[in-house]
Amino acid sequence: MIVTGKAFKYGDNVDTDVIIPARYLNSADPEHLKQHCMEDIDADFVKEVGQGDIMVAGKNFGCGSSREHAPVAIKASGISLVIAESFARIFFRNCINVGLAIMECPEAAVAISKGDIIKADFDTGIIENVTKNEKYQSKPFPDFINGIIANGGLLEYTKKQTQI
Amino acid sequence: MGMTITQKILAEHAGVPEVKAGDLIEAKLDYVLGNDVTAPPAIKIMKQLGVERVFDKERVCLIQDHFTPNKDIKSAELCKTMRCFAREQEISHFYELGRREMGIEHVILPDNGIILPGDMVIGADSHTCTYGALGAFSTGVGSTDLACAMARGITWFKVPDAIRIILKGSFKKFVTGKDLILHIIGMIGVDGALYKSLEFEGEGLKSISMAGRFTICNMAIECGAKNAVFPFDEYTLRYIAKTNPKRFSSSDYKIYTADEDAGYAQTIEIDLCDVPLTVALPSIPSNTKKAEDCRDLKIDQVVIGSCTNGRLEDIGAAAEILKGLKVHEDVRCIIIPGSQKIYRYALEAGWLQIFDDAGCVISTPTCGPCLGGHMGVLAKGERCVATTNRNFVGRMGDTGSEVILSGVPVAAASAVLGRVGTPDEL
Repeated sequence: MIVTGKAFKYGDNVDTDVIIPARYLNSADPEHLKQHCMEDIDADFVKEVGQGDIMVAGKNFGCGSSREHAPVAIKASGISLVIAESFARIFFRNCINVGLAIMECPEAAVAISKGDIIKADFDTGIIENVTKNEKYQSKPFPDFINGIIANGGLLEYTKKQTQI
Repeated sequence: MGMTITQKILAEHAGVPEVKAGDLIEAKLDYVLGNDVTAPPAIKIMKQLGVERVFDKERVCLIQDHFTPNKDIKSAELCKTMRCFAREQEISHFYELGRREMGIEHVILPDNGIILPGDMVIGADSHTCTYGALGAFSTGVGSTDLACAMARGITWFKVPDAIRIILKGSFKKFVTGKDLILHIIGMIGVDGALYKSLEFEGEGLKSISMAGRFTICNMAIECGAKNAVFPFDEYTLRYIAKTNPKRFSSSDYKIYTADEDAGYAQTIEIDLCDVPLTVALPSIPSNTKKAEDCRDLKIDQVVIGSCTNGRLEDIGAAAEILKGLKVHEDVRCIIIPGSQKIYRYALEAGWLQIFDDAGCVISTPTCGPCLGGHMGVLAKGERCVATTNRNFVGRMGDTGSEVILSGVPVAAASAVLGRVGTPDEL
């Protein structure tokens, strides 16, 4: 699967409280959550994000609370992929479970600037920076993880698997 | 190579003789936990999966604590969803507000004798790692994992590598487990233990109470750890003899010890005498400083409570410091006992009277202000010293407000002083 979009860039230790503040956790509806995604760190994100865009960040992205509302909010906002130097472990697991594509790639996390056009191939792990004409290699996920993401998350994947 | 305590618990619950760091395993769960924020989405997912019943109604714990008593209509709907599900499924560990068993999830699960040494627990709350204090394995997950775990009673894990923390010496006066874990997070950073377990050992353990151990394990997530664990000792024994005499007397729990030749990614030695009264300044828990070096920071609010520091010992320590004193005229001091049992004890021990005389707010058990939910949300420009676990931007309210993390003695002293301070100044 290949995705293309423009990059939004953030720093290290972006926590789930800024991805989706707790004051909005009184509903788990993706349509409600997406309106407040990244609000406390980047008030313009919601206005600027387009379908298929890509989020790029530094170390320990998604640290803090276990709220699955965080990857749900990012996914619902239109983001097709999050690239980071590293991910906090609960967030990492939650992304796969809700079908939000992620790639760990320190090189790309440093090199990509805000607004760069990025093309990423989940099968090969190659991230192409179209704007800067550079390529970065991340380690691709095994097929079953890519399968979960392609199906929109563990729920849909499990439903499909149990139907077979 | 031998195994750590964490690896042994994982191996046993996966039904294999041995695991090593990096192995992917499926393991049986003894307890599965959700709260009013994370359980409602999980309940929806479980229904969508077509699963009618939870795997074991005695082993699924559904705790209302984040936005309770309900702060608004939407949060009331979340609790209603959970309450209806709990009734339909006849969940044993669902407690109504005000009842003696109720309180903050990570306070009541151990205090009510539900979790015991050797247990394997996941919870859709990042601070589920608290129960490592009992020599159990516990870690946080999201709502989808919770849904699948409620349905099947098993989940998959990647076996973590470990950081060994050897403790020696003993704490100086007023220094607690909170200061130690803030000190560790300051040393290794908020991703210093990413994907790893923290395994504590050494003669310094004698200086750390059970309440302190719960606090330490609770905040292991703040340095990225998957879990933290303390070895079983006489403190654990005394605690479980009190919380679950039945399972204690029938030895219905399991003690795991690390092998001599267990492998560790890193070893850290800490002399507890060197741990100062510590605070974490905004807006990351690793931004630690000695409390005595922050005396120029004026404050507007103090919160004493939460799953980190709302235990009996914590509330008692606050009462001891605040006895006969008054909260500073510019400060609101909010005291939140972690459970109804602690609230009742505080009532009978005269602690609530001390708080009331000092001019504190006394709240029913709730997570409330810790995550900016209710019961003490901050306005722009306001600063709070809190015994909670996170000081991220906007955590307790406006993005222009600030949270300083500390242990109970520093928080209580600061409430009186109107600025960051230490009990010896009183």
